[in-house]
This record gives sequence, structure tokens and C-alpha cells, in this order.
Amino acid sequence: MRLEPKPAPTLIETIAYPLGAVAVTFILASLLVLAAGASPFSVFALVVKGAAGSRFAIMETLTRATPLIFTGLAVAVAFRAKLWNIGAEAQLYAGALITVVLATGALPLPAPILIPILMIAAMLAGGLLLLGPAVLKTRLGVDEVVTTLLINFIMLLFVSMLLEGVLKDPMGMGWPRSPKIIADAQLPKLIARTRLHLGFLIAIVAAFIVWIIIKKTTLGYEMRAVGHNPEAARFAGIPVNRVLMKTALLSGGLAALGGFSEVAGLKNNLTLDLSPGFGYTGIVVAMLAMLNPLGVVLAAVFVAGIFVGADAMSRTAGVPSYIADVMVATALLTMVVAIMMTRFRVRWR
Amino acid sequence: MAETVLRLTNITKRFGPLVANDSISLELQEGEVIALLGENGAGKTTLMNILFGHYVADEGSVEAFGKVLPAGDPRAALDAGIGMVHQHFTLADNMTVLENIALGTQSAWSWKLDRSAARARIRQLSTDFGLAVDPDRIVAQLSVGERQRVEILKALYRNARILILDEPTAVLTPLEADALFATLKMLVAEGMSVIFISHKLHEVMAVSNRVLVLRGGKMVGGRDTAGATRQELAALMVGQEVSFPPVEAMPRGPELFSLENVSTAPRAGGSPLQDVSIALHGGVITGLAGVSGNGQAALAALLSGTEKPVAGSIRTGGATVSSWSPREAVAKGIARVPEDRHAVGSIGDMSVTENVISERYRSRRFSRHGIMDWKAARAFAEELIRDYDVKCPSPEARIRLLSGGNMQKLILGRALDPDPVVILANQPTRGLDVGAVAYVHKRLLEARARGAAILLISEDLDEILRLSDEVRVIYKGKLSSASLRGERSVREIGELMAGHSVGEAA
Repeated sequence: MRLEPKPAPTLIETIAYPLGAVAVTFILASLLVLAAGASPFSVFALVVKGAAGSRFAIMETLTRATPLIFTGLAVAVAFRAKLWNIGAEAQLYAGALITVVLATGALPLPAPILIPILMIAAMLAGGLLLLGPAVLKTRLGVDEVVTTLLINFIMLLFVSMLLEGVLKDPMGMGWPRSPKIIADAQLPKLIARTRLHLGFLIAIVAAFIVWIIIKKTTLGYEMRAVGHNPEAARFAGIPVNRVLMKTALLSGGLAALGGFSEVAGLKNNLTLDLSPGFGYTGIVVAMLAMLNPLGVVLAAVFVAGIFVGADAMSRTAGVPSYIADVMVATALLTMVVAIMMTRFRVRWR
Repeated sequence: MAETVLRLTNITKRFGPLVANDSISLELQEGEVIALLGENGAGKTTLMNILFGHYVADEGSVEAFGKVLPAGDPRAALDAGIGMVHQHFTLADNMTVLENIALGTQSAWSWKLDRSAARARIRQLSTDFGLAVDPDRIVAQLSVGERQRVEILKALYRNARILILDEPTAVLTPLEADALFATLKMLVAEGMSVIFISHKLHEVMAVSNRVLVLRGGKMVGGRDTAGATRQELAALMVGQEVSFPPVEAMPRGPELFSLENVSTAPRAGGSPLQDVSIALHGGVITGLAGVSGNGQAALAALLSGTEKPVAGSIRTGGATVSSWSPREAVAKGIARVPEDRHAVGSIGDMSVTENVISERYRSRRFSRHGIMDWKAARAFAEELIRDYDVKCPSPEARIRLLSGGNMQKLILGRALDPDPVVILANQPTRGLDVGAVAYVHKRLLEARARGAAILLISEDLDEILRLSDEVRVIYKGKLSSASLRGERSVREIGELMAGHSVGEAA
């Protein structure tokens, strides 16, 4: 077996490959469902119903998609420049942390001023958190996969320390959680009696802005050039290290906005279970979207739908909701294969 | 009639729509040297890779000593007594000569290498065939010529009866090439059969008994070397008349770029520069001859802006530069044609448009306030495609899909479009077919006529001698004095390339 390069994928291929990857994912998941003693068709029907079967279900799916759009964008931006940011989880917590620190009374400002300040602060916190690994990569050649991955654990333990200490809510009956943020810091709900909040709209706007940055700006051009061939980029006069710094700031900042949005829009305080791995799932989302910022929105809604739908399904069908984790992980693998197939033709001899 | 040791029958190999080998047959007799002549891309290397089992032919068969070789099995080719010396050496740099040669000749399960027996055998082969090399040296410390000798010894050590040499002289000095030819003569006298791949006519005439010419994947002719003329072979190889542009005399212009007592930091894969001074003048092509790895890369990196001197200064247009980077170099009007067009000169997965603006995307022509003007970029790409006669499906095509010649034309266009004052042309024609070579030469001569100063770095001595108004030789990071056109003979230049001072070895 050998791989031969092939021409740029056509539009049809760009759409067909992710769909094919998803289809294979469903087939593989069916085997597990069968092993659990249920019928794949009824289980998947229940997943779809749970994710999109009612107005409430749709709103719930979009709510769940919101942080995934942010982390997906963070990963897409970084991976474009081949900056392997595996630390969106930590950056998300950094954004959440700064939001809680500033919004629990430290800045008594009205909402229209406070919320932008919180967003900027969160982006700075997340960006700076990724800047460290980026500097280590460019100056000392330290592999950013290792550093960003390990910072996730450090960050989680750091937050845990704060929640057991200075940030602990005195009214929290001993639970490790922060006080609630003030009303002016809370994002309004988009639709009454649902959990969908303004953060979703901010995520959509962010996706458009990132799309414009990548397609239309010199920075986006530089990021792509550096990602495809850093040596040629350097030769042409593109400041490779500076581009990687900017990419790190943008990527970390986007992930941190996810943390801001979860705290300010949904939870209103910080706990250790703020993110059930949104940072890691963001990698799947970005890959499913083939690093396209607008695709990230669709992929995030799809992945969120699987999680929300699987929760609902497990209550009725008795198949554990872990099937969602398996499906998302499988989707990552099938998508990696699909992306390779857009670039190479497999030849059997 | 000597025995036929190797027979290729109707070999056909396709890569997608490209037919690299179209029903090629050949026979090699014992003790014979066949030269396989053809331009880059004619299918010579593909054919040899099929013979050696690296590729599987779509049709046809390979027969050695009367037995059909199984397709796609290099081990079978080795066992049948076929040895190949590749264009790019396949040696482990961190191991000794002896280890490299013995590598793979014994079972992976055996514990120890019988070093003394292997050493004695290697010594014997070296003396028998004039392949001087110390078996206990680390390969990384060897010169290119020595490495090639190790490759040949490797084949002999495995009792090769058929030796294939792929462009063996491309990396050698003229003196080393003569030594190689002498070795081949000795081997042939012992009954070795040789296939010698080349695109240089004079070598082919010097070593072979028979010449086979490939063009566009087809065998277009075969001649006994004794009865063939160079003109006849050249016409067969190219298939049409290619006229090289004449080099007309030009007045020497002002100094446009100079290095003064420049030294560079040690670098991997080549000498750094040591106290080098050179001035490039308008209307002058300065040719830099030398065996690769002697400091060409460091000099090219300096002109490109990717490296800074550790001592000495760079002057452009009469003023010493204070800061130096690729962007500064472009801003000072230096056009750069890099040695490696795939790894350095282009970004393969980006489009033609995105590639041709890579040096100037920040200029007002292609972007304003950080927003790209893709319409202007595309128009520029279309202009280059038209002006430089580039064959490509569209400006949106990924540049990796273009042939080497077309890619090089785009890189040349990108560099020459802003009317640069200084041009660095590093191996500008390596791997191109004759038509494309003539085109590149024409463009460089046009720039010279316009008054640009050109530094031409090339391993092809013929190219340097044809184009250059003055020639310098680089050896171990030091430059020889300049000689004007015709002042030094090929032999003298060859001696300088080998590190002798002229006259000493004569």
C-alpha cells in the first residue's frame, strides 16, 4: 500500500469526506449499541430526538455547542499555523477564572462596560497562557504538544486550590465553588425559559471574525504560510516567530472566551466541573470542520447534539450515555483518515 | 559474443496520466558499459528504480543472468548481483565506512560483526579498484567523493556483477570524475557490467561502449559510442533544436552589493564562510564554482537575508547595512532564487497566487491596513503566468502540482518582477529540461543587460563558464580570486575546486 499525493479537493469532496467520516462513525457506534443489546436504529432515532426533537432540545444543543465553538475556533486557528495547542481546556479555565475574579464585585460597573472588559480580560488571560508554550517552542524548541497538554492539569489543580481557598464561596455550604458573579456581569438569555444565552451569538460573531482573519488579512495569510512551510515562509520574509506569537494570543484568547461565556452566560460561578473536557472536544470539532472557522459552528452543533441526544437517549433506551464519548472519539479518528484521503490517493499494489 | 547479463523487456510505468516509461527494452552484455542518456524527467531514474525493485512496473519484466526478478523486491535484485549507486547517497552518517558496507550483509540475529575479515576485504577491494577510503572513519567526516566510493564498495562487497550509477558525476570535481572513470575501467576489465546514467554528453562519450537515449519516457535511439557524434546524441536527447541565448559583452557597472571580510557561524551540512570579501557589479554575472558543501549555502543564506555575518559587514548600494533579514534583503532590491524550490522557494500546499506574492504581500499593491487585496494578487499571478510562459491550470492551483520548470519560472518571475538590482541565482537550472534551462539563462541575461548584478551559484561547471563574466571558486568557506571570462581553464578551475592552488598540481 502506498500514498500518492493528489490535486486539491473539490468542493464536493470537501463536503463528502466529513459526511463519510460521520457515517462510518455511526456504523462503528452501531456495533457497540448492538453489543449493549439495543437496536441501533431506535437508539440513533432517540439521539436525534433528544438533540433536535423539540424546541427545548434544540436550545439545549445550541447551549452546549457554545463553548465548543470557542474551543473549536481556538484549535482551528492554532492548527492552521501548525501550533499544536492541546491546552484549550486550560485556557478556557483561565478565562473563567479571570471572569470570576473580576465579576464578583471587584469592578462595580454597568453591564455594557463590564462585559466587554471581562471579555478582553479573559482573552488576555487565555492568550498569555498559550504564549508561554509558544515562546518555549520558538526559542528553545520545546514541543508545545507536551507543554500545552500538561498545563491543562496544572490549571485544573490551580483552580481547585483557589476554590478550596481564597475563591471559596463563604455561602457555599463547604462546596468548592466560587461566589456568584454580579448581575451586571451576567449575559442575558437569548430566549426566555431556555438556557440559551448571548454567549452563543458572541460565538457566531467570533467564528465570522476568525473566518475573515484567515481569508482576508495579512495575518491569516502569514498563519497559513507558516503552517504549510515555515522554512519557505521565513525565506520569503514572513516573521515566523512573531506570527506564531500572534496565533498563540488569538487561539488562547478564543478558548478563554469559552470560559467567560460559560461563567457569565450559564453557570454564573466557577466550579471544577465547569468544563467536561470542552477543550479536548474542541480538537474534534476543529478537525471535523477541517479547520474552517464557519465549519466549526456546524461541527460544534453536531458534536453538542450527540452529547445532548445521548443523554436523553440513555434515560429511555438504557444504553449508557458514554456512547457519546465513544462516537466523538471515533469521529476524530475517522475524520483524520478522511482528511488524509483528501490529500492522498491510496494505491494498493 | 559476450553473455547477456541483464534484460529489460517492454517496461511500462505510469504515474497517473504521466507515462514515465513507455515500453522500454534493453540488454546489457557482460563487461559492457551502457550510458543511459536523457534529460531530467526523461525516465532514466524511474527505469533504474524499476530494475532495482523500488518501483513496480505496470508492464514488462526484468531478467538478470537468465532469471526473471520478482517485481518490487530490492533484496532479490541485490541477491541477483545488481548494485546501485543512487544520486542521493544512502549511507548512515553516524556509522563507520565498515559498518555501512557490512550493514545488511548478515543476519539480523547474529550478534557480532566479524570486523577484521570485513576490513581486510574492504582494503583488498579498495586497492584493487582504486577506491581509496579508510574503513574505520565515520561517514559524516567523508567528502562527497569518498562517500561515493563507499557506495561503490558497498556494491562490490556484496559481489555485484552489474553496477548502476545514477548521475554519479553531479557531485564530483572534474578530477574526482576522472578517478571514477578510471575505477570503472578497472571494474569492467574484471567482467563488471555497468549502466551509467547521465545527461552530460562528454562523460557519456568518455566512458561508455554503447549509448541509449531516452526522451519523454521512450527509448528514442541507441548507438555504439565509437560511431556516434555529440551533435547526433544531443539532437536525439532533446528532440528539437534548443538555442541558448548569446552572451554579449557589457560594460562593468557600479558596485551594487559587497561583503567585506565576512565570516559566518558554523552550520550543519557545509562550511561556514571565513573572511570572505566579494563585490558584485552591475551588468556582471559572477559565477561561483565549487563542490557542494564548501560554503555556497552560507553565502546564499547571507544574500537571502536568512543568515547574518558573525564578523565583517554587508554593503548594499554603497552603504553598510545595519539590520539584516529576508525582508530587508528584498527591500534592498535583492532577488533570491533559492537552491531548493520545493522546500524553500515555494509553499507546496498553497496556490500559485499565494506563492507569487509571498515576498511582497505587505506592499500597498497587495494589501492595505492588513487586509489582503486578493484581486490584485490574482492579477499579478496571471501576469506572471503569461509573461513567463508558465503552464498551469489556474492561479488557484496548488503550486506543488506544477512541474519543476514551471515552478522555477514562477519563482524567477516573483524574484525578477520588481526589477531587482542584485540577483542571487542558486542552482537556478538544477533538474530542469534543456528548454527551461535556456529560458532561465535568457531571463538572467536580460536582467544583466538591464544592469543588475548577478551571483550565479551552480554545480554545473558548463553553466558557470557559459554565463559568467567572472568566475570565483569556493573551497572550505574561502573564495579564490576572480578570473575574467576565459582567464582560467576548466582544469585550473577544477584544481581550485579540489583545494589545490593553481599551478601546484600541474
